[in-house]
Amino acid sequence: MTTKPKTLQFDTLSLHAGARPDAATGARATPIYQTSSFVFPDTDHAAALFNMERAGHVYSRLSNPTCAVLEERVAALEGGIGAIATASGQAALHLAIITLLSAGSHIVASRSLYGGSHNLLDYTLPRFGIDTTFVDARDLDGWRNAIRPTTRLLFGETLGNPGLDVLDIPRVAALAHENGLPLLVDSTFTTPWLMRPFEHGADLVFHSATKFLSGHGVVIGGVLVDSGAFDWNADSTREKFPTLTTPYAGFHDMVFAEESSTAAFLLRARREGVRDFGACMAPMTAFQILQGIETLPVRMARHVDNTRAIVAFLREHPLVGTIGYPELPDHPDHALAQRLLPRGCGAVFSFELRGTRDQGRRFIETLRIFSHLANVGDAKSLVIHPASTTHFRMSADDLKRAGISEGTIRLSIGLEDPSDLIEDLSRALYAAGKSR
Amino acid sequence: MNLVVGGDSVYAYTGSRPFDRAQPTVLFVHGAANDHGVFALQSRYFAWHGRNVLAVDLPAHGRSRGEARPSVEAIAQWLRDVIDTAEIGSVSVAGHSLGSLAALEFAARNPERVRSLALLGPAVPMTVSDELLAAAAHNDHVAYELINGWSFSAGGQLGGNELPGVWMTGNAMRLLERNRDGVLSIDLLACHRYDGGLAAAAAVQCPALAILAARDVMAPLRNAHALVGALADVKTVTLAETGHSMMAERPGAVLDALRPFL
Repeated sequence: MTTKPKTLQFDTLSLHAGARPDAATGARATPIYQTSSFVFPDTDHAAALFNMERAGHVYSRLSNPTCAVLEERVAALEGGIGAIATASGQAALHLAIITLLSAGSHIVASRSLYGGSHNLLDYTLPRFGIDTTFVDARDLDGWRNAIRPTTRLLFGETLGNPGLDVLDIPRVAALAHENGLPLLVDSTFTTPWLMRPFEHGADLVFHSATKFLSGHGVVIGGVLVDSGAFDWNADSTREKFPTLTTPYAGFHDMVFAEESSTAAFLLRARREGVRDFGACMAPMTAFQILQGIETLPVRMARHVDNTRAIVAFLREHPLVGTIGYPELPDHPDHALAQRLLPRGCGAVFSFELRGTRDQGRRFIETLRIFSHLANVGDAKSLVIHPASTTHFRMSADDLKRAGISEGTIRLSIGLEDPSDLIEDLSRALYAAGKSR
Repeated sequence: MNLVVGGDSVYAYTGSRPFDRAQPTVLFVHGAANDHGVFALQSRYFAWHGRNVLAVDLPAHGRSRGEARPSVEAIAQWLRDVIDTAEIGSVSVAGHSLGSLAALEFAARNPERVRSLALLGPAVPMTVSDELLAAAAHNDHVAYELINGWSFSAGGQLGGNELPGVWMTGNAMRLLERNRDGVLSIDLLACHRYDGGLAAAAAVQCPALAILAARDVMAPLRNAHALVGALADVKTVTLAETGHSMMAERPGAVLDALRPFL
């Protein structure tokens, strides 16, 4: 029997991947390379950098050493080949789409999406000739039937927002691959500590790094990661992805799939999408996200533990109806979650407050530790009413299909002492009950 | 570009430049279970600096069809067939790992066709461990894991890639995983069984360059010394703190070593 070689483990990669002590100064922390541009040693070197004959940095919109450390680190944690840090999670989603799709292309997406992603797909991209068909995340036939000859991408969230539908990545990925298509997954809610979508068949992953990857709620950022496994040049895919398999006049007729069998997508995304659309990450932001990732394993474990305690408390409360948390046996995706998310189902979930809209308002306004704001994945506990905020642009029918009602409350459980969180919730529920 | 060699389609990367046999040709030969992409930066540089570049995918590798060649000698013959098919008179040849052995044998057999020879990560013998051979023979993923673990220096395992945003070991793994079953085993056995290295080195008539990696576990430095000693006209560049995957770990240093030579 062959002994597997020892490779660096997740916790170690969280601290070290992509970074070495600074060669110039010995600085242990990754320096913030707060510079727009980089001096060329000579003209030949400069030309070689511009033409992808040499590796290195030219201009911080294209790449930056601090951002590159973050990119490598997230790629390492996801088990991918590389990544691109972007100005936001939305920018990462946009970058993935515009690298692969053009006017006339089509996306099949889960209906259970973050409101911002839904906006992009449903309202904005059609203006540029890219249409999306939304399907029930759990309906594999729905995914299959929505695929058209012009479909170029399947897209869903590891845990749908806000009902926590668990995307059956192995089955949806298999369907995508049967049709010569890649599967893009938003893994913001789970982070690679809870699930590594590439191991289940996803081809591209992106994060809003604003959330759990950072954990501190002080930056906006995104990361797009490529598994490197999708074969853009296979007989069944080549003609679907001309941006990767035909000469690109915008870069000396480079054929990205010829440059690299594995990294064609990332090459095009950086050489076109980041270059031309410009939604790059600032080095200070990358540094701050790196600080968060250093503690990702310990934070995620605590997030999950605290969430389990809160869910257990809420389940017993008479004012609380359905709780959308896949660890609960009555959640429709409980069995799937046990298989795909053995470490836990994250720290964001929704529940139905039994009562009127005014009682819901009273509940939120009585909370003292939970902060009422539009974010998740902070070290601090957060609360929001999706129907009136994050998902307010969705029609009543779309809201219903996404599992959101007027009484839906979304919590993001932080790292506080769980007894304090339970006390806060208990007081707010009591106040809501009294305002009946 | 694509050629047909021995009835099989062969892919050769030309650095996004038209094939031009009027220019001096540089032939790049990748190692076991790799493809032309491992030389992407270096080959592109030469393509845009007055060279006619052919970075080939060996048979059954990358975009090339056909069956993997079972010996270094067979790969050397295949390289000869490639330049004959492309109607190229003489070439400079740069090979990495298994590709370095093939380039060496090719240069020894065809002295009139080789102007210069660059050997990256060579070793004679290029012994492969029983553990790795067995895993490869069974198409066990552990074979790829062993190679990846041994191909990067300790620093390289942590990343810090010169190529922004690319996680070296992840990228190397995915490239290995693209191989058909059996290809890695054939390549490793070709390395392991090749015993003509010193004789080939003695027969080489052109200038040679050996680029060695100080932290090479796959092809240890000590196994390169006898080879280097057998070459009549050779320069050696040793890259400090670098593993076998030197084109990924130190792309700039590899290019700087090759630039004045090819």
